[in-house]
Amino acid sequence: MRVVEIPPSLDYRNVDAVFAEAAATAPEPVLFDARRLRWIDPNGMLSLLCAGQVAAAKGAVPRLSLPAGGDVVGYLDRMGFPGAAARVFHASPRRGGRAPSRESDVLLEITSIATNSDVHEVVDRVQSRAGAILSRTLRYPPAAVVQFSVILSEVCQNIVEHADGPGWVAAQRYNWTRRLGRQVLVIGVADVGRGFRDSLAEEHAERFGDRWGDVTALEAAFLMGLTRFPDTGRGQGIQQIRKQVARWQGLVSIRSGTARIADSPSWHPSPPVVEGLPRFPGAQINIVLPERIDG
Amino acid sequence: MAERLKSGRCGEGPTRPAAIDVAAIVTDTVASRGHNLVTRPTGRAVREAIEQRLTTTSPSPFVILLDFTRVRILDFSCADEVVAKLLLRYQDSDRPANVFFLFRAVGEMHRHAVEEVLDRHGLAAVCDIGGGFQLLGPATTEERRAWSTLERCERIGPRDLAGALGDLGEPLLRGLARRRLAYWSGNGEAAALSALARTP
Repeated sequence: MRVVEIPPSLDYRNVDAVFAEAAATAPEPVLFDARRLRWIDPNGMLSLLCAGQVAAAKGAVPRLSLPAGGDVVGYLDRMGFPGAAARVFHASPRRGGRAPSRESDVLLEITSIATNSDVHEVVDRVQSRAGAILSRTLRYPPAAVVQFSVILSEVCQNIVEHADGPGWVAAQRYNWTRRLGRQVLVIGVADVGRGFRDSLAEEHAERFGDRWGDVTALEAAFLMGLTRFPDTGRGQGIQQIRKQVARWQGLVSIRSGTARIADSPSWHPSPPVVEGLPRFPGAQINIVLPERIDG
Repeated sequence: MAERLKSGRCGEGPTRPAAIDVAAIVTDTVASRGHNLVTRPTGRAVREAIEQRLTTTSPSPFVILLDFTRVRILDFSCADEVVAKLLLRYQDSDRPANVFFLFRAVGEMHRHAVEEVLDRHGLAAVCDIGGGFQLLGPATTEERRAWSTLERCERIGPRDLAGALGDLGEPLLRGLARRRLAYWSGNGEAAALSALARTP
């Protein structure tokens, strides 16, 4: 059995190592060994699920080992990870997730998105918890819950309309004391569908010629608002997400194929485009919204 | 062909002003607990339900107020379907009914989405976002001035036209009428859509 070691800390900054391992999987049993895991964010959790799906698609039988105890186990339970993992990993224990309390850091447990009804369900469900976290913790104005819900709706629709397959969404509040000195809200969205290059290829690849690839496709969608639909009303979702996240001085990045594109705020300097990453057959959207500081 | 106003101060023009509660259509169309107008298929279904209602009304011109005030979340996909695509359909010369649209939305919560989709299609719309009707979407300075004057006056007859808007008044109001932002009758009278909506 092949063993893929999961690092003790897994978030959007180091998930590429997991994707690389998943992409190299052969049709054999593979164990994603996360027993040393101590900290994980929504993107880390969704990446584990995606890695398991990628391995399964390559004919492997993916298994997952989680820590026996510790804070991270309770957190994974609160996020509904065991239930989601049981649908991806072979013989994964399906522990009962605890419903988040009113004061929970969990805004949205890992939720499968396959249809537009799922998007409605997510938007309906997050209203009260999003209001509390956005206004009390991030100190955003009351209307922010509406703008946040629109963002959530648009990122989830991206799965339904462009992935041609199911995906997941999850959101969680953190106190980034050391990293930023502020509270943040992290939203992760991921699917192992067609990816941006494949989704846009039929409509746009020809005119980009030899330049067509993962980076070009991400730039076309992220910067130019192009979609696979020949309709001028389409393509607004990502553009509007970028605008709103920028107003909140947040971070938004999309990882697809072998590339990542991002709008990075001053508190998170990073290159706008990174290429040559391990192939990830789908899309992963990461949004980080920081607590507002006056002045 | 110009429509003739028949009664009232500038005649009997578009008749039977009516309001459509968009939240009620959302409830009928999808099982959304919170009157949230999200996802493109939902927007398309709501637009088709509105169009269906409009085909069952009389062929004479009329004003419809699309009321979004009980809608909580309006995302861009739905704004594109329910506002922009609806306006586009009824701007065409082969429109299925002679309808003029007014919109009532909830302040900044909806304004941003509505303005974005109007801008994307080069459309303008008359919208009450709290505090009275405004002209949203791209329009020239002259168009905005003419629209504001007509909105203030409610109706402008041919004898008052030059005094209210100068020599370019008629082409400006005709242009607004072509964009379905005002009503222009065959005898040179203009009416603000909001005034027509208030007509009993």
